[in-house]
Amino acid sequence: MAKARLIGDRTSKVMVQAMERRAADVRGRVFQFSLLTTLLISLFIIGVLIADVMIDAWGLLTGRPGGFLSGTMRSLSDDPKLGVQQALVGTFWIAVFVAVLAFPIGIGAAIWLEEYAPRNRFTRFIELNIRNLAGVPSIVYGLLGLFLFVQSLGDLTGGKSIAAAGITLAILVLPIVIITAQEAIRAVPQGLKEGAYGVGATKWTMIRSQVLPYAAPGIFTGTLLSMSRGIGEAAPLLLVGAVSGRLGGNPGFFDLSAINAESFMAMPVIIVEWVQNSGRDPGFAEAAAAAIVVLLVFVILMNAAAILLRNHFEKKRG
Amino acid sequence: MSDSRVDLAEGFSVESLTANPRQARKERLIRDSLGATALVSVLISGLIIWSLFSEAWTFMVEVDWGAVWDIGWFPRRGIYDIKTLIVASLIVTGIAMIVAGPLGLGAAIYLSEYARPGVRRTLKPILEILAGIPSVVLGFFALEWIAPNVVKTLFGGPAAGSLLAAGIGVGVLVIPLVASISEDAMKAVPMSLREASSGLGARKITTTVRVVLPAAVSGLMAAFIVAVSRALGETMVVFMAGGAAQTAVYTHDPLDGSLTMTAGMTSLARGTDSVVGEGLTFQSLFFVGLVLFIVTFALNLVADRFVHRVREQY
Amino acid sequence: MAPEMVEPEASPHLHLDIDRTGQAAVPDDTGDPVFEVEDLNVYYGDFRAVQGATFTVYEHEITAMIGPSGCGKTTVLRCFNRMNDLIPTARVEGRLNFRNVPLYDPRVDPVEVRRRIGMVFQKPNPFPKSIYDNVAFGPRVTGMAKKKGDLDDIVERSLHRAALWDEVHDRMKDSALGLSGGQQQRLCIARAIAVDPDVLLMDEPCSALDPIATTRIEDLMQEIKDDYTIVIVTHNMQQAARISDRTAFFTAQLDSTTDQRSGLLVEYDRTETIFSNPSDERTENYVTGRFG
Repeated sequence: MAKARLIGDRTSKVMVQAMERRAADVRGRVFQFSLLTTLLISLFIIGVLIADVMIDAWGLLTGRPGGFLSGTMRSLSDDPKLGVQQALVGTFWIAVFVAVLAFPIGIGAAIWLEEYAPRNRFTRFIELNIRNLAGVPSIVYGLLGLFLFVQSLGDLTGGKSIAAAGITLAILVLPIVIITAQEAIRAVPQGLKEGAYGVGATKWTMIRSQVLPYAAPGIFTGTLLSMSRGIGEAAPLLLVGAVSGRLGGNPGFFDLSAINAESFMAMPVIIVEWVQNSGRDPGFAEAAAAAIVVLLVFVILMNAAAILLRNHFEKKRG
Repeated sequence: MSDSRVDLAEGFSVESLTANPRQARKERLIRDSLGATALVSVLISGLIIWSLFSEAWTFMVEVDWGAVWDIGWFPRRGIYDIKTLIVASLIVTGIAMIVAGPLGLGAAIYLSEYARPGVRRTLKPILEILAGIPSVVLGFFALEWIAPNVVKTLFGGPAAGSLLAAGIGVGVLVIPLVASISEDAMKAVPMSLREASSGLGARKITTTVRVVLPAAVSGLMAAFIVAVSRALGETMVVFMAGGAAQTAVYTHDPLDGSLTMTAGMTSLARGTDSVVGEGLTFQSLFFVGLVLFIVTFALNLVADRFVHRVREQY
Repeated sequence: MAPEMVEPEASPHLHLDIDRTGQAAVPDDTGDPVFEVEDLNVYYGDFRAVQGATFTVYEHEITAMIGPSGCGKTTVLRCFNRMNDLIPTARVEGRLNFRNVPLYDPRVDPVEVRRRIGMVFQKPNPFPKSIYDNVAFGPRVTGMAKKKGDLDDIVERSLHRAALWDEVHDRMKDSALGLSGGQQQRLCIARAIAVDPDVLLMDEPCSALDPIATTRIEDLMQEIKDDYTIVIVTHNMQQAARISDRTAFFTAQLDSTTDQRSGLLVEYDRTETIFSNPSDERTENYVTGRFG
């Protein structure tokens, strides 16, 4: 305004009018407001979802949190030994399979695609193939697991075992690991690479000493995201045959013999199981909500860590 | 001084610049091992296609095709009406897109064009957390909250599962997907276009609707197609909140319960220790899987084209 | 002798203003040839970036390559240590010998070449590591230092040579990214000379620096040229005139058959000759600021 006065009365009047017209831009205001509303609705849904789950789970989780974590599957919801221990063990082993299989293979593939791959049709085919794999519905991976690891290679995996489930989920998250790692590697400045080559580093020395350290936060973000996807995924597990009803054994966390035993449970599957049981025994809805809270704690922590880490480094590196 | 100087003095030859064979072997070994890991993805695609086709082929050769166009989906009794599943899938996907399309796009426009950086920094991560919520959780939410509070209260439907409840649940699930791909597309529109438009005196709304959105249209199409593909493939929400277990009679009423392709497969594979029933029950699983795979694969390929068009433009 | 950052366009008689007194005169006795370039052509895909360059770089001299942008001078420089191999479509034809060994012989390993021919880049590119680790990087990856003490010695010697030791010796563990631009560039020089190369290639090493930092780098180059052979690309003609013994002038010439511009070596001579008595009219136009 001060500037406008300097210019002169007439000019200033024109500017004030222009500004007032802007303020009265009703259409623009309504548009902006409705956009904000759509965003707030989405956020509101998250709020309701979390509140709904928490309210349902509250009694069980505050009543006997330890008992719920160490308890096992039961046929009645008011059984004081009801809990998620078997499911936690199963999910733990699935996470191990994802970490051992999907991370090294995925990161290796990303390094090859970004640093070694010749720019030809075959490489473009591999990249297209990976993008498509990322879009294949998870249940199709379940069919693959059922056909390949349960039926064809059943002698190796023990049929409907945690090994079959773990390998299936590792395959499912592999494209996510590759794509996020590729993005992280692509962001490494050319100058660093040339600096390393310039003093006589070999390709692998350059990758090990410059590319990997620089890309590490981004790669780590990707592995966190894919891990949280892996442990939350239920559909493939239902297809490779997570048990329904009773689970015979009650293996400990590090009981290796349980890996290819013919039965397993996992966190997302126990939720499905209990939601279905709630039809005949409404108390199971509460148990399902409590299991969801346990699962969400892991998943949201991993996701939040990944997002914060990424934002931190994006900001730091401009 | 170091070795390199010494051999300069004593007769420098091409051998002085030849690679150390041990080191060259090591480099080759590393390159080839990394290349092998990249080939794993091709192997996986091959295995998916092989597993789907080998079983689906048996089904297609041996099935009585009258059973594939019948009154409903009763796979254990030899009735495999695929249209029941496909129509339910389309209904759920349609509802999901009605929910996720406007909400996701609106959120994306707000984040990309209107939100101040500080607001964006807070809101976007929350949306990303929604993207990370497992689908079983949304299945539970659709059944326990959306069905009684939205479907029953607003639409007079059942308080238990229905295609509508499942569709809304899937819609919530794909909001973040629509939002993030759309936002990327709008962020890719060069600042100079916006400046040119404002420079001509256009208001923000005009710039957004007439300049930014048309320029980002390829990316918005990609977001839409990817979301459709994702909604078609979504399993747990429809399995838990779709309102049908094991079998379904054909329906096209969203307030009814039915089975989508994914829910049909899941309920078939689940419930007993192994898939039993008529001779082709197990194979029918892979037949439905193949149909789903082909449809989502085609959608993903089209979306990929659109994404590439965005990259080429700017 | 702080350099005046005068654009060539502003000073048409630039060459007359340059004071070369007090500098090491061009040695009368020419040293051994280090690079012999003969009919060098460089292609990026179908595009010919450099056509038919022929010249020789001599030992313990500073050779400058000047010319307008797009004239191929950086491309030629990057052939000298096979850095162009990093660009998948790049292709080199013609003869390029390094101390009588053809650099593009199939038996030659670019990694070995780069251990002997160091490079300093346009934009200072220190690694995001400590000052010490930056300088120690080369000796480590090439396995030069046999003992821990050796490595310390190499790092200290290199930093002394790069005239950076006094400024950083008490903070060797600090991140190199905390240094100023000029210090970072001297660190990159220290990093390059730590592997004790035969040749130092410098690609517009001062273009991102202020005049004072530029002077320091130029002084440094004078000091180390007795030990190394230096080839520098610069778009600052005064810099070329101040520091170099020989100058190669490149220009971008339009090829009428392909309608593309490609780099052409116009004239190569002692720097004094190039700047005071060039034989080619295009060189004269360029050094007097009438073109480019």
